[in-house]
Amino acid sequence: MSDHENVNVESPRAPVSQRGHLVRVPADQRASGALVEVAIDGLEVQVPIGTTILEAARKIGVKIPTLCYHDDLCVAGVCRICVVEVEGQRTLQASCAYPITAPIAIHTHTRKVRQSRRRILDLLLGKHYGECYACFRNGNCELQALAAGCGVDFFRFGHPTAPLHELDSSSYSVLRDMNKCILCRRCVRTCIDLQEVGVLETVHRGDKTTVSTFMNKPLAEVICINCGQCINRCPTGALGAADPTDDVWRDINDPSKHVVIQTAPAPRAAIGECFGLPPGTPLTFEMNSALRAIGFDKVFDTNFTADLTIIEEGTELILRLHRALVDRQPVALPQFTSCSPGWVKYIEHFYPEMLPHLSSAKSPQQMFGAVIKTYYAGLHHIDPADIVTVALMPCSAKKFECNRPEMAASGHKDVDYGLVTRELAQMFKEAGIELPKMPKSGFDEPFGTATGSGVIFGATGGVMEAALRTVLELVSGLKVENLYDHADILPVRGFEGIKYAEIRIPRLGTVPDILRMNAQLPFDSWAWLAGATLKVAVCHGTANAKRVLEDIKAGGKLSECHFIEFMACPGGCLGGGGMPIPTNPEIRAARARAIYAEDAAYEVRKSHENPAVLRLYNEFLTGGPNGHTAHRLLHTTYTPRGKYIA
Amino acid sequence: MLVTDRQRLREDIAVWVARFGARRSSLIPVLQEIQAKYHQISDHAMQVVADHLDIHPVEVYSVVTFYAFLNEGYHGKFVIRLCRTVSCDMAGKSRVARQLENDLGIAFGQSTKDGKFSLEWASCIGMCDQGPALLVNDQVFPAVTPEKVHDILQLCRKSFGPLAVHQANHREARQ
Repeated sequence: MSDHENVNVESPRAPVSQRGHLVRVPADQRASGALVEVAIDGLEVQVPIGTTILEAARKIGVKIPTLCYHDDLCVAGVCRICVVEVEGQRTLQASCAYPITAPIAIHTHTRKVRQSRRRILDLLLGKHYGECYACFRNGNCELQALAAGCGVDFFRFGHPTAPLHELDSSSYSVLRDMNKCILCRRCVRTCIDLQEVGVLETVHRGDKTTVSTFMNKPLAEVICINCGQCINRCPTGALGAADPTDDVWRDINDPSKHVVIQTAPAPRAAIGECFGLPPGTPLTFEMNSALRAIGFDKVFDTNFTADLTIIEEGTELILRLHRALVDRQPVALPQFTSCSPGWVKYIEHFYPEMLPHLSSAKSPQQMFGAVIKTYYAGLHHIDPADIVTVALMPCSAKKFECNRPEMAASGHKDVDYGLVTRELAQMFKEAGIELPKMPKSGFDEPFGTATGSGVIFGATGGVMEAALRTVLELVSGLKVENLYDHADILPVRGFEGIKYAEIRIPRLGTVPDILRMNAQLPFDSWAWLAGATLKVAVCHGTANAKRVLEDIKAGGKLSECHFIEFMACPGGCLGGGGMPIPTNPEIRAARARAIYAEDAAYEVRKSHENPAVLRLYNEFLTGGPNGHTAHRLLHTTYTPRGKYIA
Repeated sequence: MLVTDRQRLREDIAVWVARFGARRSSLIPVLQEIQAKYHQISDHAMQVVADHLDIHPVEVYSVVTFYAFLNEGYHGKFVIRLCRTVSCDMAGKSRVARQLENDLGIAFGQSTKDGKFSLEWASCIGMCDQGPALLVNDQVFPAVTPEKVHDILQLCRKSFGPLAVHQANHREARQ
């Protein structure tokens, strides 16, 4: 993290003229020395100057209800649910937006405060159309919880009986139902400040205020990257993911269909949250049994194609480097990862001129779809038209990705449905499955075996770590375990926005067999890499991606990198838009711990050692990595979209 | 919009941005210039401005919809805004309103077909002692009567540009 806690002062939304006046609170609060005495409901506490009332209250366990406040976002102070009485102040104060600068006494639940909160909720409910029974957030809704917590027992100002807005279901990924919007502006701050994509903003004024896209166009027509971060932060059901579960159930119940599912690593570390378990409880093997119980014919591990991605993307990188260093051709370097569909759409919209940097390798999800409908279909003599591939993902953008027209390399739609963690949890509940109590079982052949490298794709830095493990071994011939303790390449781990690392190649080995399968390989020794140092960077969240791209454009340090990992969501896939709600830094850290623990438990932890991947290359992708078949099935092209909307 | 129109718009915006500075805080002055010259702020204009000031188009849209004097749809060359608050109402705003609607053949919230006039309601414009009051673009006309409506419209029709009323007034003041 940065040196300072309130990094939001750097937000471009703070006017330049005000930035100089903002008090920066040191992250190490002992450093400032200046403490103030606060009495909250009679409890005395000392806090550093600049701490908000809300933070101070949380510190001593006093619960102040909040609505527009979110741990990941800048303070808005618009909902006024968190009001408290400050002695000596005439009016109630929003505790989330009140920095303490002098000793004060605060009361959090006086009659005035309680009444005020009730009225605010009454007013919100007066414009909140929809019944809780018929809402996907039923039981997980902050407005519902607040109404219950504040004792709302009737609609003082009425309740809408007819919808006031139309449902926007244009996007493959994100559903917008403005009838349920309470104008907390969390989505606005997520989209503009956290992700710096800028799709949603409040428009009009007064009682006509709504949250809207540019010119109120449908989401599918604007520059939305489908990351779904707004879904994870919406307190109500105004934002949700486009739900394909009805179609999935239909195909499961259709005996002529062979329904297979691939499960990504991040959902396994989080689905337990939907069943009341603490964040970071991995349920990988319980989930396998549950998936078979609800009728999936086969359960595969997306990590298998994550390993495949590493080999394809790593080979592509080596070939790019060879062309740049030996042939002296102009090559787009650094190479960017292409696993995160939100990031792919981001660069298509905002930096189309940099698309040549993007690896042409498909994401693991799409590679699996193509492999299942070709290799697997041939192996089991099933007509690919009868195979339905479902992908369990942490990500709402995956729903868009599987609907891209170019994703049909097998001659069919490679991945039929993108299912997110929340939706699968819902399917389990519908089927009456108590997931934590299921017996454990493994993945199905022929893709059963996965490696630890695939698992860590779920956390930021994971793709880079997996790639480095493979590239280092392939080039040096040494075991990574001898270079890094337990093959944990720590410089690329952690939640820093942008990480940079230089990895020296310790020595050169012989070119391994897996690369030699590609007959077009332009070299037969590693001599051209003598003395090379691999420079890599990792970033997560599109706001950081923007910073990296601007640095590359300006010719900064990152432009000298060879390989950069990009993830659209803060924290990587484990913070994805399809993950259980809510999200905050602690929850994401817990999920990351679960993912790295799972990696450490694997016997095979490097992609190029995965026997199933090697078998696939021997039996099917005979041209080797980046060979002809691999190119046809496992690589794709991109569309420069631009950010102007006609 | 024709390509040449868009080109002209882009050039104009570049000039205004250069004048006010490529900063967030230049947003409203630039939008006011666009509104004055083009009588609307089109979606294309909003995106060009956003690009120049390094903000998101939706933020520009947010500002345009927030302010009553900035419009995303086309507005007439002369926007007539009649005050509808209490004191103007008591001073006889309804008769003036009816006269305006009759003379222009449009209702409030509409523009004439020739693109010359738009009719809108305004909240208090601070002329409570001299009501009913109306605005033509940024020019105030106090104590308007139905008879005066005709003169005001004639003044607009005879002028050659949106600022002509303004200039005529200035001339009067100087004499």
